[in-house]
Amino acid sequence: MIWHSFFFTLFAALACGFALAVVLTSNVVRMAFYLVLSLSATAGLYFLAGADFVGAMQLMIYVGGTLVLLIFGVMLTAQEEFIRMPTRLHEVALAGMVGLALLLLLSSAAMRIPAWRGPSEPLATTVETPHTVGPLALGLLGLRVDQTEGDAEAPRAGYLLAFEVVSIHLLVVLIGAAYLARGRVGMESLAIRPPAGDEEAEQPDEPSAAAETPA
Amino acid sequence: MTPLVASLLTSPIGVGHYLVVGAFLFTAGAVCMATKRNLLGVLMGVELVLTGANINFVAIGSPYLSENAVDLGLDGQLMALFVIVLAAAEAAVALAIALNFYNTIGSVDVDQASQLRG
Repeated sequence: MIWHSFFFTLFAALACGFALAVVLTSNVVRMAFYLVLSLSATAGLYFLAGADFVGAMQLMIYVGGTLVLLIFGVMLTAQEEFIRMPTRLHEVALAGMVGLALLLLLSSAAMRIPAWRGPSEPLATTVETPHTVGPLALGLLGLRVDQTEGDAEAPRAGYLLAFEVVSIHLLVVLIGAAYLARGRVGMESLAIRPPAGDEEAEQPDEPSAAAETPA
Repeated sequence: MTPLVASLLTSPIGVGHYLVVGAFLFTAGAVCMATKRNLLGVLMGVELVLTGANINFVAIGSPYLSENAVDLGLDGQLMALFVIVLAAAEAAVALAIALNFYNTIGSVDVDQASQLRG
């Protein structure tokens, strides 16, 4: 038994099983939990493929950031009637058939390439453990230190421009998301605010929220 | 089924095995996007699709899975990092839109989003 293959089978079964559970359940809270488990198992697959930094980022950014954001969304909208929203049966059957056909097509295409079927003997003993953190950071800064000898006349391009574009994109997106998701309390209270009286004394922060919103 | 599992445990893993896992996650995400009525369920389908694509990037660039992947260097892992960052940005904007939709309509059912229907 090859331990690399054993752990691949374990993590692949976990990832696929919980992804299937995400599809099959109709409870949105359970969907979020199964998605966390599925993407954590995917991080295990990255570690097995030698991508240790990508696996760590999968755990930290994806599971620890993006999915927590989704779970916040679930908690903010988890009214009684929105937690379970079952899909109609004929839609599930139709989507299942289309998905099965797509899966068979993609899987047969992936296993049909001879070079992708796997090496004849395990490579993990012959390849030294890659240290990917430093070369990845230098590649993001535009300096490629992972070049082979054949690249000497045509050096490989770095990713400094893409890194900057992605950084600015993330900043703009986060500002835009904060602008989109801001509360509308200030505007509505400006519209329906009672003329004067004792209600302002009960809610002392409401006039300041209204004052920040341009009329 | 049993000989398949036995051959998985006794033969080395190749790129194709990873691609099958990526294809499964992609299909599960696509079906999830198509069938869920909850807006946040649709977002979870998008996350599954992006993860399936990411598995392909990492697998094709991995030096453990095929003999000639050493020539690829770290391009696959860099692409996977960009996909992770873009998925975070996408989730932030989509969650903002979902909350706005919930504040406006008072529901997270995607079937209710029919105001622009002609």
